[in-house]
Amino acid sequence: MKKTPLFERHRQLNATMIEFGGWCMPVQYTTVIEEHRATRSAAGIFDICHMGEIELRGPGAKDLLQGIMSRNLEGQETGQMKLSVMPNTCGGIIDDLTIYKLGDEHYMVVTNAVTRETDFEWICQARNEKGLAGVTIRDISDDTGKIDLQGPKSEAILQKITKGSLAPLRFYHFMNTEVLGTASIVSRSGYTGEDGFEIYADSRRIGEIFDALLHAGEPLGLRPAGLGARDTLRIEAGLLLYGHEMDETITPFEVIYGWLVDLTKPFTGCEAFRKQREEGVKKKLIGFEMTDRGIARHGYRVFSNSREIGHVTSGTFAPTLGKAIGFAFVDGAHEGAGSEIDIEIRGRKVKARVVPLPFYRRPKAQNKS
Amino acid sequence: MAKPSPADRKYTKEHEWALDRGNGIVTMGITDHAQELLTDIVYVELPKIGKKIKQMEAVAVVESVKSVSDVYSPVSGEVIEVNGRLESEPELINKDAFGDGWIARIRMDQPTELNSLMEASGYEAMIKEAGH
Repeated sequence: MKKTPLFERHRQLNATMIEFGGWCMPVQYTTVIEEHRATRSAAGIFDICHMGEIELRGPGAKDLLQGIMSRNLEGQETGQMKLSVMPNTCGGIIDDLTIYKLGDEHYMVVTNAVTRETDFEWICQARNEKGLAGVTIRDISDDTGKIDLQGPKSEAILQKITKGSLAPLRFYHFMNTEVLGTASIVSRSGYTGEDGFEIYADSRRIGEIFDALLHAGEPLGLRPAGLGARDTLRIEAGLLLYGHEMDETITPFEVIYGWLVDLTKPFTGCEAFRKQREEGVKKKLIGFEMTDRGIARHGYRVFSNSREIGHVTSGTFAPTLGKAIGFAFVDGAHEGAGSEIDIEIRGRKVKARVVPLPFYRRPKAQNKS
Repeated sequence: MAKPSPADRKYTKEHEWALDRGNGIVTMGITDHAQELLTDIVYVELPKIGKKIKQMEAVAVVESVKSVSDVYSPVSGEVIEVNGRLESEPELINKDAFGDGWIARIRMDQPTELNSLMEASGYEAMIKEAGH
């Protein structure tokens, strides 16, 4: 199992470690609920070094990305990031990723941990097919450490060790700066539904940054948070997880990512998307909350009037909402908010209701965009 | 650290306790060590009163945020009472696993089954060994 540069620190912090996508990662330090609540009310710090970073640089870098990403990158400014899907020819999702524009013809693409190698090969193959020999593609994941700092106190904490003011930084924008004297990329973004930052720095320095943030943040209520809280936070915020809500057989239109597809430009998969847009989708991702007692989990079957209509992709008890929620794939006719569905839990059908996404939205005053 | 396991009751390898109430009735629950491993318990599925069970069959289910775990009956018999408070306060098991967090009362078919369970000292030795 692969270890992140923060592995020893997790042990010192008494974390429970689990395997995730081939990595040994902290699932919790104290309890999922404590870490979840700390992130919503103050801040949580997450080791995200397992995720991948791929750098593209040189003439043609933009054309290459335009040809393989569903999102239109025309008009993206240096310092701006964009969420996109990288589809296969059938429209299935190879990965969902964020694209940082570092400069003209210079990008960093941030991948999921499990898809890093696949993405790298796919991007290299596309470059070769398109004859864009001027683009250098480097997998910089091993040299790049990543920490997510999330929650309403994140800015106050990160500011203590960051050069330059974070206040003007808008949502889904980033700056090249120094954190603890180390060259870093800091973006206002994340995976929890809170204000917060994703911090990228040399993997040899990321441990010291982690320590300095913990030290600076402790008086403000910062807690180290594991993958357990990361999962409950992202589910409440209506954010999808690769391998659960997305894979190579699922298209963006079937989940909530139709807005990431721009059919005004040509790219791999666009023909499949055109066809699907005309014909409509057969299955669709919905959000649900349990109306009877019970917690639906990944893989549980979903019914409507005793007919099986789909399955749960992620389900959990939601600490902020105090109820059980989740995502499910259901066939087309049952997706409307308010629809009653049944979820089979240990052989018993338990009532749930389709609800609009996201399940949780942070108070408006905290929005920065 | 887990609270010490009281010496007034018996224990299973699966981390349940059984307290003999006399008249052939036991109260059962999970140990403090078990609740520490599970962390935040957010849901408890209780058995129906009148349910007949065999020793070490699943009698209840406890769920944390991340996990679903069966709770096994330390004895064979019939469920005669359940701790209904757990439906709205599942965290009682985290707070007081050996007391207010009890799960069910069972009328035993064969009270001699209790002899097959561990004493507190044996249970403590078992979890100590597993922890290292």
